[in-house]
Amino acid sequence: MHATRKLSRFLAPYWHWALLAPLLMALEVAMDLTQPWLLQRIIDQGVMRSDMNLVVSTGLWMVSVALIGMVGGVGCGIFTVLAGQGFGADLRATLFRKVQSLSFGNLDRLETGALITRLTNDVTQVQEAVMMLLRVMVRVPLLLIGSLILATLTSPQLALVFVVLIPVVLAALIWIINKTFPMFSEVQRRLDRLNTVLQENLAGVRVVKAFARAEHELLRFGQANDSLMEQNITAVRTSAVTMPFMMLTLNAGVVAVLWFGGMQVTLGGLQVGQLIAFINYLAQTLMSLMMIGMLVMRFARAEASAARIQEVLDNEPDLAFNPPAATAPVARGRVAFEHVTFGYAANGHDPVLKDISFVAEPGQTVALLGATGAGKSSLVNLIPRFYDVSEGRVTIDGVDVRMIDETTLRKTVGAALQESVLFTGTIRDNICYARPDASDTEVLRAASMAQAHEFISGFPEGYDTIVGQRGVNLSGGQKQRIAIARVLLMGPKVLILDDSTSAVDIETEAKIQDALASLPEQQTQVVVAQRISTVLRADRILVLDDGRIVAEGTHTQLLESSPIYREIYSSQMDNGAIIHE
Amino acid sequence: MSEPHTPRPRLDQEPPPIMGRMGPGSRMFGKVERAKDTRGTIRRLWGYLKRQRNALLLTGGMVIVTTALNVLGPYLLSLAIDGYILTHNLPGLAVICLIMLAAYALNSLLTWLQSYVMAGAAQHTIRDLRTDLFEKLQALPLRFFDQRAHGDLMSRLTNDIENVNQVLADGVVQIVSGVLSMIGVAVVMFWINPQLALVSILSITMMTMVLNRWIAPRTRSGFRQQQASLGTLNGLIEETITGQRVVKAYHREPVVLEQFAQTNAELRKAATRAQIFAGMIGPMMNFVGNIGLAVVAGVGGWMAVQGLATVGTIAGFVNFSRQFGRPLNELATLYSAIQSAVAGAERVFLIIDEQPETDAAATEKLGLIRGEVRFDQVNFGYNADQPVLKQINLHATPGQIVALVGPTGAGKTTIVNLLTRFYEIDSGQITIDGQDIRLIKKTELRKQLGIVLQDTFLFAGTVLENIRYGRLDATDDQVIAAARLANADQFIHRLPQGYETLLSERAGNLSQGQRQLLAIARALLANPSVLILDEATSSVDTRTEQHIQEAMLRLMSGRTSFVIAHRLSTIRDADQILVLHHGEVIERGTHTQLLAQQGFYQHLYASQFRATARTEVIADSR
Repeated sequence: MHATRKLSRFLAPYWHWALLAPLLMALEVAMDLTQPWLLQRIIDQGVMRSDMNLVVSTGLWMVSVALIGMVGGVGCGIFTVLAGQGFGADLRATLFRKVQSLSFGNLDRLETGALITRLTNDVTQVQEAVMMLLRVMVRVPLLLIGSLILATLTSPQLALVFVVLIPVVLAALIWIINKTFPMFSEVQRRLDRLNTVLQENLAGVRVVKAFARAEHELLRFGQANDSLMEQNITAVRTSAVTMPFMMLTLNAGVVAVLWFGGMQVTLGGLQVGQLIAFINYLAQTLMSLMMIGMLVMRFARAEASAARIQEVLDNEPDLAFNPPAATAPVARGRVAFEHVTFGYAANGHDPVLKDISFVAEPGQTVALLGATGAGKSSLVNLIPRFYDVSEGRVTIDGVDVRMIDETTLRKTVGAALQESVLFTGTIRDNICYARPDASDTEVLRAASMAQAHEFISGFPEGYDTIVGQRGVNLSGGQKQRIAIARVLLMGPKVLILDDSTSAVDIETEAKIQDALASLPEQQTQVVVAQRISTVLRADRILVLDDGRIVAEGTHTQLLESSPIYREIYSSQMDNGAIIHE
Repeated sequence: MSEPHTPRPRLDQEPPPIMGRMGPGSRMFGKVERAKDTRGTIRRLWGYLKRQRNALLLTGGMVIVTTALNVLGPYLLSLAIDGYILTHNLPGLAVICLIMLAAYALNSLLTWLQSYVMAGAAQHTIRDLRTDLFEKLQALPLRFFDQRAHGDLMSRLTNDIENVNQVLADGVVQIVSGVLSMIGVAVVMFWINPQLALVSILSITMMTMVLNRWIAPRTRSGFRQQQASLGTLNGLIEETITGQRVVKAYHREPVVLEQFAQTNAELRKAATRAQIFAGMIGPMMNFVGNIGLAVVAGVGGWMAVQGLATVGTIAGFVNFSRQFGRPLNELATLYSAIQSAVAGAERVFLIIDEQPETDAAATEKLGLIRGEVRFDQVNFGYNADQPVLKQINLHATPGQIVALVGPTGAGKTTIVNLLTRFYEIDSGQITIDGQDIRLIKKTELRKQLGIVLQDTFLFAGTVLENIRYGRLDATDDQVIAAARLANADQFIHRLPQGYETLLSERAGNLSQGQRQLLAIARALLANPSVLILDEATSSVDTRTEQHIQEAMLRLMSGRTSFVIAHRLSTIRDADQILVLHHGEVIERGTHTQLLAQQGFYQHLYASQFRATARTEVIADSR
């Protein structure tokens, strides 16, 4: 229960509710325990002595006691919910805040799907366990101890039956828990596997269909499905032993008490009412024991959730924006890499970038060209400090990016990433993402520059068109253009375009470039591209190979000096001469 | 099971799980779970359950016996007290004790067998339901998947089925045995003492009904609100976490946190309200039980004094009234679970009822085809009112390379979607080797086509397994050969475990270009008669692309190939180039012919090199 206990600190702000709930529950339990005693009174002193007044008054007492008990129960419920919901909301908020604070490096290691499950399912599991704790964990032990004491008071001799029964019940519970817990964990694992197959078939439906793999997938799913079913059956059947066995033990106890108690009644040492009351207490005791067993099983499951949550909470952002960071706005936007070496810590392999040095002067466009996996995206990710360099430094206007305050840095550097993620909302909302206060004129201007205005106006609802979940109703090229408009509207000093026009046709791309070139503001641009046409007019082109800059210069210079560049050029342009035929 | 105790266990009085059972897919936009056609849905569920007829009959029989034994327990108890203990008949007491012990043992045994048999029946039913759903998913047309949020589909496959599972697993037995034992207990009570029976049954039933009438609408509306805020919150979580990098890049964390705090607070409010009401059910039912007890004790006591009842009767009735109230309580608790199970089953059946892809009846194998592809006056639109392709004519002779060129949205990918029959044409005809593709079985058709799609999808598994997806029976050597051909071998060797490297969830450990290389290797391995490359190399750098191209040219020889690309350099070598614009073929011919035409293609081509005069100067100088 280690992780659960750690999370219990989130209950602290609600300690008064958390304290009141069990107290009120104690009231309900006390009242519940009084009932058999009152019942015994009715029988032994009322019925047996034909005392009608006593029967009526005790009956009324039973009603009042029941009423008080209900007030206690309802009150406990209310305070439990108040405390539990507060706990859950706070835990969820803390977890969400934690995720917001994590860096790209952290996010790489935590899978998206897993994070979502933790924020939804796991928080709920723990919250339910906590509420159950407040509600039941007090009730059950109180009932257990209370009925044990009352049973002993009712008949010390008969109470000896507990000496036999309790160890039997406990041993059985421990056996069942040990036996079934791993079984249910295995069920969970197999369910996860089934869900993976499902998810893949939804996300990869085109591939499955394209390769006509329905049969193969049915087989895969069938196997996962069958193995889940088998495990489920085993687990359910094993745990199904619990109830009947417990009932048998309990009932055997009842029969034993009936026999020995009956003898005592015959001998005159015990009243019939006492015997009935004792049987009631006995049942209560054993039921409480079983409840404890079930609680332990529930808690074991919550513990797994708590551990998963704690795992996320234990993540320290692997790069921090520490004061005293510079908050002065960046004036010019001169980007410089000084002997930068960088590797994704996780894979522990060769660094992705080795000894990179270059300068992008304000207003200049620097283009990065290179083979797949050469490190182009990694390089641009260092400028907005999505990752920290391993060696060397990246500066903007001479200030190390690690010394710039986060807000300032984000406002200075705008990046259109490779994967254009859009959010639910209108197209306007998406373009205004970084500047919700932008005017319509500004939005229009940004969209026009990104060559998105034309197709947006083509939609019946124009800028108010709702973008579906993850932009399903837009083509790849359209999404990219909206993403470009989004970053243009931001008006950053340093603009990064990471292969952000790959799905846009060449003509449109050229128009976007024209628009970017005509920007009056001085903007430093760093562009990652595959096409020579994209980089032609860059002030400087860096050719990356295996994490190193192998050539650098303008198009003209590189054509002269770099064989790799020439190769790339000719791979795209070797019919260039035809144009001039 | 006789239950001669007062308060009943409280675990089942927990309010229904709040956000419980939210699988990975999650019910993101979950609405309140209420079925529209409850009866029809239950009938269909019954159809599934019926397959386990033997198990059900067996369970039914055992339920009857156990219920009878449950009723017998308290009766024997009161008999023991009245008939033997009070009369000091010890030998008789011994006999009845033994009888009780036997009854209890039999009861426990049967209860266990019941669960044992039912577990198998329920799990088989769920398995069948899942299988049917998945089979349906495989048969559904692409259009279906394009129109639906994956989160919603996933939720049906996980949460909804799980809801059904929960009820089937123990609900069915509980309902049947609950109703039976209520009837049984009532009968025995009336048999023993009609007056006392009437009083205690009436008091318990009336109070339960009054309570239910007061609390049910309140909890229902409360849970409806809770589910709505939960849907909003989960939607926000899912979207934010999925787009977390963009959130960070634009420094939107404060805004997102603000939104979250607001939604979180709303959920807290709604959930608190709903659960306070739901939480009252437990103590109130407990109260009803206790009042029932008081009524039995008071009225029974009075009757005993009057000589209308015995002490044993009271002791027995105490238990009977418990036993009578218990199923009521259980059914009340089950009610919401049953409702969401029926609603879930209905959502599942809605998918099972979807129209599957139409497929040709022909069962004959297509055999090796030459690869002559012809589009004849093909018209198509994704929506009826918006034609995407108009009067497309195309003729690819075996072995030809056909390039499709045009701006975004011109309809290039749509042509691929039609050739593969992902979508069905509205009018016209598409033939392969002269045979209308609508008369060819889809699996047969697609086995002849090797497709590399714009969107590269990789499965969780090793690199080797992912390439092998193209041809399941390929040997390791063949897989590696295909990877070499696709120029993927090199980077695969640099991965931590080479071909055995596990690719994660969304293959985040590979670059976009690397994923495309794997997809190409996969298609190459399939060794198809017709090859379709839809922007297959858009994220691969041009040099690598050129290397692959050589391999692909080799591969394309003898195969009909369709190539879609923005990069004109990729398509220069095509035997014919079709220029699409607004869904129409506006130009066709070879590269040289089209350039000579000085039309749209020439314009597109020039725009790639348009750039500046500077470039042209350089180009001239070379």
